Amino acid sequence: MAAIGVIDYGMGNLHSLGKALERVSGAGRVVISYDPEELLKCDRLVLPGVGGVRECMKELQRLELNQLVVEAARSKPMLGICLGMQVMLEWSDENGGVPALGLFPGRVQRFPDPPEDAATRLKVPHMGWNRVRQERAHPIWTGVPDEAWFYFVHSYHAAPTQPEHVLGSAEYGYRFAAAIARDNIVAFQFHPEKSQNLGMMLLANFTHWSP
Amino acid sequence: MLAKRIIPCLDIDRGRVVKGVKFQDVQDAGDPVEVARKYDMQGADELVFLDITASVDDRPTLFQTVEAVAREIYIPLTVGGGVRNCADVRALLSAGADKVSINTSAVDNPDFVSEAGERYGVQCIVVAIDAKRVSKKKEAPRWEVFTHGGRRPTGLDAIEWARTIVQKGAGELLVTSIDRDGTKGGYDNELLQAISAAVSVPVIASGGVGTLEHLYEGLTDGGADAVLAASIFHQGTYTVGQAKQYLADHGVLVRS
Repeated sequence: MAAIGVIDYGMGNLHSLGKALERVSGAGRVVISYDPEELLKCDRLVLPGVGGVRECMKELQRLELNQLVVEAARSKPMLGICLGMQVMLEWSDENGGVPALGLFPGRVQRFPDPPEDAATRLKVPHMGWNRVRQERAHPIWTGVPDEAWFYFVHSYHAAPTQPEHVLGSAEYGYRFAAAIARDNIVAFQFHPEKSQNLGMMLLANFTHWSP
Repeated sequence: MLAKRIIPCLDIDRGRVVKGVKFQDVQDAGDPVEVARKYDMQGADELVFLDITASVDDRPTLFQTVEAVAREIYIPLTVGGGVRNCADVRALLSAGADKVSINTSAVDNPDFVSEAGERYGVQCIVVAIDAKRVSKKKEAPRWEVFTHGGRRPTGLDAIEWARTIVQKGAGELLVTSIDRDGTKGGYDNELLQAISAAVSVPVIASGGVGTLEHLYEGLTDGGADAVLAASIFHQGTYTVGQAKQYLADHGVLVRS
């Protein structure tokens, strides 16, 4: 039976994500694990995460999951969410600068703090519902209207160097990459598991995706 | 651009939604899953659960309630009331809460906020500030922080406290005006504006909503990023959809 592996490296709350995947996966099994052997048996993998990037990379290395992610990313459908998307870039400026997995060329940078005297101050973290513009066609968008609302919570955002990797964008002071993709990898800065019906649709599309 | 958020607040007492003003005249208002589902369908952007019997220590029931709602509702859920230590935070997050709201314990021990923020990410740490205006007429406005449901003064200046606790790691502030709470006279927009200008994190307005115009004023005059309301939704005066329509008609960006 097909299985979706959720990589549990202790960063954040996987409860909503696990439940959401179970709901959309139909006959598929959802495995939440930090055991590389168990995860290797899964047909597709999800790399979630909230928190700081240094701790995230440290835990992935400690549990010997970083190599697994890099290798699985060559062949298996893989979904990154939030910090799980950010660590797919080469480098993050967070925590004083941390090298990351490098699945996408580019870096992760912070939204600038608003100037004290700004007329309209953009708060950091960027928290709440924002519209995602679909920058290019992709099976993951099936049934999802362009400029649909998704739930974001983050202070840093990915800046991929290859424009063709940007799958969707959102506007917060400026346009930033809200979704990236290449080959068999797709990743969202926002949280599909907290984005109501359309978020469920994205997760369902991922479970059926054959790149 | 980011939408302003409308957040219904549900008071939870031993596994049921209750309505009443400050523990007085508490009436049963339904099953949390049913009520949460109703607001979800109306377009609520998030939900807040406030465990009003936190002191009674009926945690297992609360966890079951959070689990039952989290299974059904896929929008962010914040749970507050009696969150005292990292074990409480962890238990609520594992039960399915996306954020926890910390009030009294943040005042008693601000380092708890730092610790929880470091361990679980600042995005899930909401600090609730209950403030009461203490300045006299003709003085510059000043607010003091109160704890224990507004009964205990802390001596802390609300604006200073907001700055301090954000530095400690609060990812969001839930600001309630004790003077306005339950009055239906509108938010204390001066308080909201002062706190919103003092911190870089999002501010949720709370306390005093009676009309849709009050929501609008909290988001514009008060500069809040989100508005929390209980009775106007529970009593069926307005639906979340009507609130959003009103805000959209008046030029506020909301999720449609």
